[in-house]
Amino acid sequence: MRITCPLCGERDRREFNVKGAALDRPGEGADQDAWHTYVNLRQNPAGVLAELWYHEMGCGSWLTVTRNTVTHEILKVELASQTEMGGAA
Amino acid sequence: MRFSGWRVLKEGLTGNKGWGPHWRDPEPKREYDVVIIGGGGHGLATAYYLAAEHGITNIAVLEKGYLGGGNVGRNTTIVRANYYLPGNSEFYSHSLRLWEGLEQELNYNAMMSQRGILNLYHNDGQRDAAVRRGNSIINQGDDAELLDREGVRKLAPYLNFDNNRFPIMGALLQRRAGTARHDAVAWGFARGADMRGVDLIQNCEVTGIDIEGGKVTGVQTARGPIRAKKVALAAAGRSGQVAAMAGLTLPIESHVLQAFVSEGVKPLIDQVITFAEGHLYISQSDKGGLVFGSYLDFYSSYAARGNLPMVEHTMETCVAMVPAVSKARLLRSWGGIMDMTPDGSPIIDHAPIEGLYLNCGWCYGGFKATPGSGNAYAHLIATDRPHGAATRFKLDRFRTGYGLMDEEGTGAQHNLH
Repeated sequence: MRITCPLCGERDRREFNVKGAALDRPGEGADQDAWHTYVNLRQNPAGVLAELWYHEMGCGSWLTVTRNTVTHEILKVELASQTEMGGAA
Repeated sequence: MRFSGWRVLKEGLTGNKGWGPHWRDPEPKREYDVVIIGGGGHGLATAYYLAAEHGITNIAVLEKGYLGGGNVGRNTTIVRANYYLPGNSEFYSHSLRLWEGLEQELNYNAMMSQRGILNLYHNDGQRDAAVRRGNSIINQGDDAELLDREGVRKLAPYLNFDNNRFPIMGALLQRRAGTARHDAVAWGFARGADMRGVDLIQNCEVTGIDIEGGKVTGVQTARGPIRAKKVALAAAGRSGQVAAMAGLTLPIESHVLQAFVSEGVKPLIDQVITFAEGHLYISQSDKGGLVFGSYLDFYSSYAARGNLPMVEHTMETCVAMVPAVSKARLLRSWGGIMDMTPDGSPIIDHAPIEGLYLNCGWCYGGFKATPGSGNAYAHLIATDRPHGAATRFKLDRFRTGYGLMDEEGTGAQHNLH
């Protein structure tokens, strides 16, 4: 699996750390169920999934990687700062 | 058909013509008391114990592929009861006791081999943790011995004791741990359940779960609708998809865990050995292959195969622990789909829908749990009360934060186990 970082180009998977599904973080004052959903519950799809990856041994960017969990095909890589998912709600 | 020494001798002398299929291949009936989704180790064990201990025999086990074709046939076959935390400790203790009587109970050769497990430690902190865990295991009623460096050397002289970064100071030994023939465990439970009247239905994927008025009434399958009073999930890595059919979202991510086997070599590794660096575990099969694995790949996956960086890591740690292994050639590698919970411990509980039961979240440790899981799950399904050894495997511990069992101590979060 190789990931094409928008800033650094195509790189070995070993340069990256995966955080998990890219989810909307509950806002201030959100109730327990909202946090439970965010922290614990997962759609866990067999198919297309948007995830947060950290380019630790490269530019240090957080990336939103859209990936197929069945084939490992990487469909899209964007800077997380430029996507709506995964940011503070 | 019962197996015995006499039977083997007789069949051997008469051309082995008397062996028949070990179980029937029935058509699904229209209605059952209990439908179990998943014909792997846990599902088959559940059916067996429901029939054998609770007298419930009007059961179907629905399997989308073939029996035992999932993780029960893809693991590294290790059986042990050396957990530390209350909740896990009593459960795996119960499971190991079931393992010890399993072959007699099932009249099936599961090749249970109590060859012992050595968990190596490499520094004072790990030694302290080993002492503490050993005491916990002994308090639970199981066996644990702390070995020093020379004690380990007597059992496994080929280890790299003077590795610069991870010298071996000693090990925690559990002699009653070991390995079992993974496929045979599934087959033994399948045969035992079938003999008691359970219908094992293969090539029967569940495509929907019927719910009326908040209560489960049956399932839709590739072979038609089946009504059921109770529906029990035992779908391992696919738990998320099956639960979604009932409108549930689980606290589970499915990850890939790779396993490896070398070409057959002469007897070298007598026990199961774990290296506290890199999470490596290794044993030797009866055919001579070295069976080993280490970490998850750490990304969500249903591919049942992993990536090369984890292959490289596993080989490196394996050679660091047992340098002689560098001469062996790798024969095969494969991956299994692990249903990972945030705290690394499983769930055996009611679903929040009447008549629906959950058994999932076994992470990378489901094989050793097989009899215990089936036994405890059968108890829950039959009596609607948790089994005494599985009272803490609650679904709502993640919502409340109360009763989390983070055995590794790395934090009860998805990306940490």
